[in-house]
Amino acid sequence: MNTQQYETVIILTPVLSEQQMQDAVAGYRGLITENGGEIVHEENWGLTKLAYPIDKKGTGFYHLFEYKADSQFIKTLEVAFRRDERLMRFLTVKMDKWSMEFNQKKRNGELHGQKMEAAAKAAAKKKVELEVEDDE
Amino acid sequence: MSKDSNFIFNQTPQVVQQKKYCRFKKHGIKYIDYKDKDFLLKFVNEQGRILPRRITGTSLKYQRKMSEAIKRARHLALLPFVADGLK
Repeated sequence: MNTQQYETVIILTPVLSEQQMQDAVAGYRGLITENGGEIVHEENWGLTKLAYPIDKKGTGFYHLFEYKADSQFIKTLEVAFRRDERLMRFLTVKMDKWSMEFNQKKRNGELHGQKMEAAAKAAAKKKVELEVEDDE
Repeated sequence: MSKDSNFIFNQTPQVVQQKKYCRFKKHGIKYIDYKDKDFLLKFVNEQGRILPRRITGTSLKYQRKMSEAIKRARHLALLPFVADGLK
């Protein structure tokens, strides 16, 4: 047993309906949890444009899993990915200390860029409020 | 000698070049996210090729991590392998 944290991004074909896409994702979520994995985070990017065509398709459904699992399990997961016709691409990355910290911060909105955005939004909101007060 | 000629001979305007620095070291960035394509676009040229260190000023340690991130992004079709007029 060697439990590590991994991050997997899969690209599903745009031919699927919304429901079929959800089913495929649920299938993999089940596969991870059934094999003793623990899902930390999930993200669905929806139908996204690809930078270059894959299998003659210009778009794809992106889905991201972040999970803790045994290193042996990754083999079975990737075999399942390769056998699946609905999947166009996948990438599994083992996470290190820094990437885990980065993702944690990203989720909490503590990154530098996100902070700047939040500050800008807050400033804009304040400005609107001030203008409203001026009107009154 | 007039003032003007003095200006030409002694004070030829020099191009002041700012010292390049590694932005990852400067801002304490430890991890480069391969999913953030807008950020990675800063390190490729218009054809989608990775810019050399001598242009961006990135340190070797982070250039390696950055090129890894760009290659991952290319695999996931977030960035193109070849492009024309990316910017």
